[in-house]
Amino acid sequence: MMKKLVMIGNGMAGIRCLEEILKIDRDSFEITVIGDEKHPNYNRIMLSNVLQGKTTFDEININDWNWYDQNNVTLHSGERVTKIDTEMKHVETDKGNIVPYDELIIATGSSAFILPLPGKDLEGVIGFRTIEDTQKMMDIAKMKKKAVVIGGGLLGLEAARGLIDRGMEVHVVHLLPTLMEQQLDAAAARLLKKDLEAQGMKFLMEKQTTEILGTDYVEGISFSDGTSLQCDLVVMAVGIRPNIALAKEAGLATNSGIIVNDYMETSCPSIYAVGECAEHNGIAYGLVAPLYEQGVELARFLTHTLSGGYKGSILATQLKVAGCDLFSAGKIHEDDETEAIIVHDQFARVYKKILVTDKKIIGIVLYGDASDGNRLFSMLKKGTDISEYTSVSVIQKAGEVASEAAMVAEMAADETVCGCNGITKGTIVQAIKEEELTTFDQVKTCTKAGASCGKCKVTVEAILAHTLGDSFDASAQKTGMCSCTTLSRDEVVAEIQAKGLQHPSEVRHVLGFTQLEGCSKCRPALNYYMRMLYPNDYEDDKASRFVNERMEGNIQNDGTFSVIPRMYGGTTTADDLIRFGEVAKKYEVPLVKITGASRIGLYGVKKEDVPHVWKDLGMRSGYAYSKSLRNVKSCVGSQFCRFGTQDSLQLGIDLEKAIEMVDTPHKMKMGVTGCPRNCAEVLTKDFGIVCVENGFQLYFGGNGGTEVRECDFLTTVTTEEEVIAFAKAYVQYYRKTGVYGERTSTWTERLGVNVIVDTIMDEERRVTLVEEFDIAKGTYQEAWSSVLTNDKKQKLYEVARV
Amino acid sequence: MIATKERIKVMKVNDLPKQIGKELHIKDKSIALFHLTNGEVYAIGSRCPHTNGPLAEGIVSGDYVYCPLQDWKVSLRTGEVQKPDDGKVETYETEIFNDYVYVKV
Repeated sequence: MMKKLVMIGNGMAGIRCLEEILKIDRDSFEITVIGDEKHPNYNRIMLSNVLQGKTTFDEININDWNWYDQNNVTLHSGERVTKIDTEMKHVETDKGNIVPYDELIIATGSSAFILPLPGKDLEGVIGFRTIEDTQKMMDIAKMKKKAVVIGGGLLGLEAARGLIDRGMEVHVVHLLPTLMEQQLDAAAARLLKKDLEAQGMKFLMEKQTTEILGTDYVEGISFSDGTSLQCDLVVMAVGIRPNIALAKEAGLATNSGIIVNDYMETSCPSIYAVGECAEHNGIAYGLVAPLYEQGVELARFLTHTLSGGYKGSILATQLKVAGCDLFSAGKIHEDDETEAIIVHDQFARVYKKILVTDKKIIGIVLYGDASDGNRLFSMLKKGTDISEYTSVSVIQKAGEVASEAAMVAEMAADETVCGCNGITKGTIVQAIKEEELTTFDQVKTCTKAGASCGKCKVTVEAILAHTLGDSFDASAQKTGMCSCTTLSRDEVVAEIQAKGLQHPSEVRHVLGFTQLEGCSKCRPALNYYMRMLYPNDYEDDKASRFVNERMEGNIQNDGTFSVIPRMYGGTTTADDLIRFGEVAKKYEVPLVKITGASRIGLYGVKKEDVPHVWKDLGMRSGYAYSKSLRNVKSCVGSQFCRFGTQDSLQLGIDLEKAIEMVDTPHKMKMGVTGCPRNCAEVLTKDFGIVCVENGFQLYFGGNGGTEVRECDFLTTVTTEEEVIAFAKAYVQYYRKTGVYGERTSTWTERLGVNVIVDTIMDEERRVTLVEEFDIAKGTYQEAWSSVLTNDKKQKLYEVARV
Repeated sequence: MIATKERIKVMKVNDLPKQIGKELHIKDKSIALFHLTNGEVYAIGSRCPHTNGPLAEGIVSGDYVYCPLQDWKVSLRTGEVQKPDDGKVETYETEIFNDYVYVKV
């Protein structure tokens, strides 16, 4: 018979334990998880990356809802256990459920410690701990300016950096004279503080907070020295407290956490505790690596798999703040028993301290260059005798530094690569070989290496390269935006914003592109992203544009160009038609054709003639060569058609005028049709409008090109103004999230129809998107006239003859 | 036949925008002239050996140009097409003297 295994808490440590149990034995347990957070298990460590805008809530889910289904795990989310009855062997919940257990795991985690100060319950006082806390901080950052973070530890500094990235002015208040005093010594802490100050963080050191001021909402805080500071948000990051109330009431032995032995057993039979709520040998851990180790040990115990039990963990810490590379593990302060190896290069701003006792490493503090962290930490854990190692020279030539590849080659199989999940090089290599993995994402999914904080990504990729040899092609990885980098589009855009990079060449330098001047893929893409991100400040770089956009015409296979003027909604006039004829004759244009986008095209115009043809035509550019709106196809609608329900033609013209010229990730085609007969074929457009008696049905994400895709339905609106507003919001959302060169059809598939619909239908977000689009639109000038009024631009069309 | 090369004055270097090629006709030859970000000027045959693409219209990165038609990558120093494609275009010596570009043809 299956045993009933119940777990209280739906967090990282507990679920890690369940995963391990399922891996070893899928048949012995009927598993129920009861958690009070309304989410599936997510990666709490990454919340600071979400706050810093480097990733999204969606991306930090570790196990989605499907995982519970697939593994027959019953999940009660948003439900709180109110009592453990150890006599009856069941738990009771706030929804009145009584769940019996044979084995019970308590994985209730911990809560942010809120200082017991007057004013601690005011609106705007937050402990940085959950998705809800993070969302609240992001919301406040949108409306308010000033934030105070109490606590200069790991979490406090990551929160402060995130709030700066969200546009707030941030003061960090710290009780002690140095930052991160549990992980860094004074010298490293000084370097860290300097770097953070350069990023705009402000510090109030050796300050004790006495009161949080305000009536309903936070207005400021005051300190024991009588000073005070005005602010709109207070984040408490002064530590965590294990959640032990349930266990205490049930009569389990507790101290600061629930006391457990090496097998995670509590004082009560059949009840176990793992994670931040558990206290082992007097220590309640708050970092992910030890919690995962505990989870794995408990899984082994419950499945009767041989195990030596949990022996406690030595902690290693890294900080997820860009530009502050640090690593700390074990002992951090010298004493009579230790000998220290210290390298302090103030010129390169690098500090390394290794504490040694009996020829063995017992402590590591690295700042400025933490690349040796994992290697040294592994020596520390193994107790490697360091007498056969030599210290490196103080100054060596650039390029002589051991590369990641060389380091990986020397790495022993049992050396830890991913500290968060305790994954060794051997495990990764084995998975690569047995499962035939070729990308970082595959390795991450298969082994969990790099799945938590992601700092080891570079090492994992180096191991991939080392294991696969020549067959490993970094550019074939789906992540890199081009062969110059392994960073994906989203990573590059996030880094541009996080680091405030202002120019493509700066992006390539800072992000370590292999070709410093880029390639034909990333040059146009970066130029697009920069202008999308900074519409008012970034100056378009013509040299980064593909020839068609640089010359404002499509290059033909013989090097000549096409000239296709704008014909709003496919309309023209008798005078314009005559002019087309005259110009085509004058310049001996070889081909005059109605284009696929219902306009008139002159094909085969010589480069030198192009500006003259434009001038003689006296028309606007149709942007038939660009990644932007090409045309809005329309039927004649109610103006002439007996079936027409609305003036689709005028709407098409208005829509084209509203959206034209603005760069988008790829070309866009739109259509407006006057009735459901759909003569304008709008259901395979990037944005399509079907006029009906009571309004306008909006469709998106269609494609009639390479891969035919039918549109998805967005909504029905009642006025023309709404059509335009929804179109602008949609285009702007595509501009902000699309990969350069990706049509809306693939974009829709990638993001998911619902995500797009939800975004556009959310009024607040829609209004913001429309505003952003209007700002961008204001920076564009009609292309042909701006060439004709600029001598320098016209010179581009001249051929030099000597 | 021994071809004699002549040093021909072409244009002011300042009239040559950086990273944007210039098509140049000298002695019945069509040449593409490139002004790199580091200030150097290179001249190569203007047509890509693949589908005859106009190299002067390509994107310039470092000392390479990418053909606008099929994205072949051509070295401006040696005229050699980069792997995985093969081929070579002619190269011409250039010189900058008193702010003018000279090409040896």
